[in-house]
Amino acid sequence: MNKEEIIEALKTIIEPYSEDAAALAQIDENTDFIKDLKINSANLVDIVLDVEEKFNIEIDNDSMAKMLTVKATAEIIAQKSKANAG
Amino acid sequence: MTTQEILNQLPYGKAFLFVEELLHIDENGAKGTYTYAKELPFYEGHFKNHPITPAVILTETMAQIGVVCLGIYLLKDIETDQNISLAMTSNAIDFLKPVNPGEQVTVTSEKVYFRFNKLSCKVKMENAAGEVVCKGNISGMLIPKENGQ
Repeated sequence: MNKEEIIEALKTIIEPYSEDAAALAQIDENTDFIKDLKINSANLVDIVLDVEEKFNIEIDNDSMAKMLTVKATAEIIAQKSKANAG
Repeated sequence: MTTQEILNQLPYGKAFLFVEELLHIDENGAKGTYTYAKELPFYEGHFKNHPITPAVILTETMAQIGVVCLGIYLLKDIETDQNISLAMTSNAIDFLKPVNPGEQVTVTSEKVYFRFNKLSCKVKMENAAGEVVCKGNISGMLIPKENGQ
C-alpha cells in the first residue's frame, strides 16, 4: 500500500469518530485528530485498534503517543507494515 | 491485591458509592453486589409515589463494580498509592426489568479489551432471583490521580 492508499483507508476508519463533517471533508496529511477533528482520547484508542485490525499490525505505547496527525499515523502504519513484510 | 484494597481505592463518597461487596476479581473480569436501600434519596422523585431505581443509577452501579473495580485491579502493577478515577466514555445498555427499592443486585463484567488506559467491558446485572435486569457494554478511560486529587 502506498501513502495515498494508506491515507484513504485511514479516512474511512476515522469518519465514524468525528462529528465535524466539514473537517472530515478536508482531511489531508496535516489534519490533527484532536485539534481539527475534535476526536477525544477514548475515540483515539478506538481508531488505533481499528488501524491495528485493518492493517494487521500492532501499535505499541510509544507509537500510539505519536499518532496525533494523519501524517504521523500514516508513517507509523507504513513502518509497521514494512516490518511485517520484512 | 485483595478485594478490600480495591474497595479502599474507589474514588466515590458514600452518597454515590454503588459497590457493596466485591465477590471476585481477576484480570478478565469482576463480580460484585449492591443493595439499593429503600431510603436512597432519588426514590422520592423517581417516580412520585412509584419508586423505582433510575436507569442511570443501574448504569453507574455496573460501571463502578464492573469497570472501575476491574480497572483498579488491572493498574495494580503500574501505579501504586494512587487513587484511580474513570471517565465513562461510552455505554450501550439494554434495560430488561425494573429494580425496586430494597433489591440486591449482582454485577458481572467481562473485559473486552484494555489498551492505552481505555477499558471496555461487557457487563450484566442480575437480581436476587438470577434474572438479568440490564446488560450491555461500558467503556471508560482510567485516570490515575495523585494524592486523591
